[in-house]
Amino acid sequence: MREPYVPAVLGTETEFGITVRNQADFNPVVASSMVINSYAGAASRIQWSFDEESPGRDARGFGYEPPPTADYESGLVNVVLGNGARFYVDHAHPEYSTPECVDARQAALHDKAGELVMARAVLAATPLLGAGQRLFVFKNNSDGKGNSYGSHENYLVPRAVPFSDLVRHLTGFFVSRQIFTGAGKVGGENGRPAVDYQITQRADFFEEEVGLETTLKRPIINTRDEPHADPTRYRRLHVIIGDANLSEVQILMKLGVTSVMLAAITAGSLGEPVILDDPVDALWRISHDPTLRTVVRTAEGASATALELQWHYHEWLAKHVEEHGTTDANLEALGEWEGVLTDLEHDPASTADRLDWTAKLRILEAYRERDRLRWTDPKLRMLDLQYHDVDRERSLHRRLAESGRMRRLFSEAEVHRATQEPPEETRAWFRGRCVDKYGDAIVAANWDSLIFDAGEESLKRVPMMDPLRGTRQLTAELLERSPHAADLIQALENDLRR
Amino acid sequence: MAEQERRQTRRSDAPQEQEGAATQGTHHAEELTEKIDDLLDEIDSVLEENAEEFVKNYVQKGGQ
Repeated sequence: MREPYVPAVLGTETEFGITVRNQADFNPVVASSMVINSYAGAASRIQWSFDEESPGRDARGFGYEPPPTADYESGLVNVVLGNGARFYVDHAHPEYSTPECVDARQAALHDKAGELVMARAVLAATPLLGAGQRLFVFKNNSDGKGNSYGSHENYLVPRAVPFSDLVRHLTGFFVSRQIFTGAGKVGGENGRPAVDYQITQRADFFEEEVGLETTLKRPIINTRDEPHADPTRYRRLHVIIGDANLSEVQILMKLGVTSVMLAAITAGSLGEPVILDDPVDALWRISHDPTLRTVVRTAEGASATALELQWHYHEWLAKHVEEHGTTDANLEALGEWEGVLTDLEHDPASTADRLDWTAKLRILEAYRERDRLRWTDPKLRMLDLQYHDVDRERSLHRRLAESGRMRRLFSEAEVHRATQEPPEETRAWFRGRCVDKYGDAIVAANWDSLIFDAGEESLKRVPMMDPLRGTRQLTAELLERSPHAADLIQALENDLRR
Repeated sequence: MAEQERRQTRRSDAPQEQEGAATQGTHHAEELTEKIDDLLDEIDSVLEENAEEFVKNYVQKGGQ
């Protein structure tokens, strides 16, 4: 008997591509740091703590204890924002991790808020550039020359679910879901055969079925097990196979449908898993065929297209939801998914109002026809890149969305608000509000703790091991009656003594 | 809100397609071409000019 359904906590981390035009000594680490510091200003003083946590002892998920010996100077730029997000330099890229969210719609909104933060950061950094230089940041996953950078999804999953169940069910799902999660790309790379246009940015880069790597020999199922929560109760499924999406509908679908898959695996409500004969091979072959006719083999010798596989999962998930129910956001995602699968079957081009890969293909085809361009023309690669530009003027995706050619789920005001306001239903609320209110007194932060210098002899560490605590409901009153960090620490100490 | 918009989009799209198959087919196609031409004009005005050099110089090492 497995644990009953646990409310899912989820979020995304996105590495952005970066370059400066006309800068001979361009250094991506320096440029990324400049972008993040320019946006963060004073907040950049709060450091990210890489300390390992011990489980929190407070039933509400936070308490206080003396901090461990201070080794939290990372050297790299790491900022915690008032909306609970992390904005930082990872490897040689600027990266944005959304705060912990409770459903796919909220997570999609915060994913879009990350784009807006990045766009503002680019504007803020621009005055620091030399004459004739221009900063570009792209929300994509490839430079077209064999180098990729990630767009990861994170889902909190009950520890009781055997990891082998996740692997057996998710491999076939991930290999086939790219037909509705792809962002599209001109050309093939990383040793895969040449192709004019393919469905995803990332498929060419996956070389293993299961593994720990994220930067080379990338696996379809990543085994990083770092829950940032009580490890006896949870694991964090770290999904590295997706593309960075611009389409709001697509982000909702990707996160929502995957959430329902995880809920169904947790509930044990799926049938015998679909085992593919060669998942790595199937992944790039599906991606390389925008007509969706490619057939892949199962271990049992049957054959199916990605669409057929997705319909198979659809049938299972519809049944699961009928029996177990799900959130409104997931229902919305499932509805969109059904619509997209139906339309892809009929004519992939008819999804250009919802899917990045078909929207981009429509633009590229139109340019090819008007300007008589070959697929190898650099102009097409430029259009591909610029579809993903975070700059509000240059972004081709934004042109499509603003002119009503692509559907939106969120208003500008909602996205703006999500750059400021943390989700109320997770510990991101406590983190974000503390950063806003007591920023001067916070010396370090990470997903599961805050470290305060409240003017006392030692620093105070406030652990937040449970992602579903530290909510607005649980902590608003506490913050309300604590004008200064010292008051907050005092109140937490008093609460613990009681 | 979004739910309503979607239903409206579907409703307004569906009859157009059905009619398009009959008499309005050519008209519908022309309209689409016109729309995409407008879009390309718009993109032309913001597209990075020296595509070849830009694309050549865009190299991203050290990603996940």
